[in-house]
Amino acid sequence: MKSAAFDYVKPKVLQEALSLLEQGGDDARLIAGGQTLLATLNMRLSEPSVLIDITDLKELQGITVVGDQLRIGALVTHTEIEDSELVAKHAPLLKAAAPHIAHRAIRNLGTWGGSLAYGDPAAEWPACSLTLQATMIIHGPAGERRISAKDFFIDLYTTSLEPDEILVATEIPLANKQEVFYFHELARRHGDYAVAGLAAVAQKQDDVLNHCAFTFFSIGATPVMATKAQDLVNGQKLNDELIAKAVATARDEIEAIADITNSAEAKQHLIGVLLERGLKQMVA
Amino acid sequence: MSLKKKISMTVNGQLVNAEIESRKHLVDFLREDLHLKGPHLGCEQGACGACTVKVDGQIIRGCLFLAVQANGKVVETVEGLTKNGVLADLQESFLRHNAMQCGFCSSGMLLAAAELIEKQPKATREQVREWISGNYCRCTGYHSIVDAIVAVLDTRAKGQTNKPVVAHA
Ligand SMILES: Cc1cc2nc3c(=O)[nH]c(=O)nc-3n(C[C@H](O)[C@H](O)[C@H](O)COP(=O)(O)OP(=O)(O)OC[C@H]3O[C@@H](n4cnc5c(N)ncnc54)[C@H](O)[C@@H]3O)c2cc1C
Ligand code: FES
Ligand code: FES
Repeated sequence: MKSAAFDYVKPKVLQEALSLLEQGGDDARLIAGGQTLLATLNMRLSEPSVLIDITDLKELQGITVVGDQLRIGALVTHTEIEDSELVAKHAPLLKAAAPHIAHRAIRNLGTWGGSLAYGDPAAEWPACSLTLQATMIIHGPAGERRISAKDFFIDLYTTSLEPDEILVATEIPLANKQEVFYFHELARRHGDYAVAGLAAVAQKQDDVLNHCAFTFFSIGATPVMATKAQDLVNGQKLNDELIAKAVATARDEIEAIADITNSAEAKQHLIGVLLERGLKQMVA
Repeated sequence: MSLKKKISMTVNGQLVNAEIESRKHLVDFLREDLHLKGPHLGCEQGACGACTVKVDGQIIRGCLFLAVQANGKVVETVEGLTKNGVLADLQESFLRHNAMQCGFCSSGMLLAAAELIEKQPKATREQVREWISGNYCRCTGYHSIVDAIVAVLDTRAKGQTNKPVVAHA
């Protein structure tokens, strides 16, 4: 199918993009990689009258280390994350997750910021940003504001971004030597959205995990953290008994939602399968 | 506000100027305006990979990229890449292994395979399968397609090239 007609503008600087967005109101839509947006336009699920192409905006580009944070610009593509040495060193969870996003031709265009702004609960980046305690850097008519990933994902495809705001970058604390991570998703075919997935990090000392963060995706309306299971594991010697307790706790505290092909019960079960594998791998 | 835009891009080595509607995606532009019929359209949702082309050296989905977005960029299709020989050993291998039936998916398969060979020259058979699972073959010729790609990875790893099978035909 073909999209309805629209106008297209490509501002050169952030301020210009913000004013265009304000002028355009409800009829304007930002386009970054377009890997979600153009598919919805082709299907006529949405008919904006103007697309604002933000791919020229310098402030939204590049991966850099700023103090003790890894700054990832909103326009950084999935492929750039997959191939980046800075990411491999300072946020290895992201490197492990990247190849699971669709296929290379889509990863070459789709962006970090587009994925976060879209807020798909089945997507990898929202879950990883939550696990890694990312801070979202957002620009709007009133200037810059910062918000933690924890407060950013509100509901199904709903974030705290206002319609006149642009996500510029995110900052992620650099991984230290003790950090261990686990990323896995159960999917029907490589590149498909997960039936259920887990993005986890912790600080490991011998067989003890500290500062645990376990985020499940493709499970609820947003990515969800297993906070009770985290608290249970934190600082305790990890053995089979504790792993079994953590699995039961996570299954208990998270309420899975069914999708078209998978029941809530199946997903509830998979939460435990993923956490058990994750804990065993992280402590190994 | 004009819905038509003036664009200019390099397609298969040639500078192209055109005036097009903003909503026109790249493959419609290539097929309808430039009569390049190599890139195909299947789903127009990003799922099948029939529309795979290269922009600025990387494979993309031509159905999820607007022709206006390609303004100022370098676009390559299977036609251009065939002429300049970049795909020659892959094409030979596809022939040798009978890796195409109707051929509808082949242009996308070739471009995707070429990027794999460039980025992951040591890819295993399993990784080849994963990589091309993003391209649908409606004739379901996957086994022979995987064989063809693995054969090129092997010969390249040995520093050799495939001998043409059609030279005498
Ligand atoms: C076949 C297929 C399979 C896919 N599989 C996966 C998958 O397995 N996992 C996954 O995570 N994703 C998947 N995707 C989606 C893909 O990763 C997208 O690239 C991504 O979700 C959106 O990024 P984008 O840059 O393409 O955004 P766009 O499509 O350009 O934009 C998406 C939305 O975000 C808004 N937006 C974009 N950038 C910003 C910004 N900086 N600030 C504010 N708003 C912004 C846009 O206005 C739009 O509403 C798939 C897509 C396709 C077509
Ligand atoms: S036509 Fe573009 S992916 Fe199917
Ligand atoms: S050869 Fe017919 S679609 Fe692949």
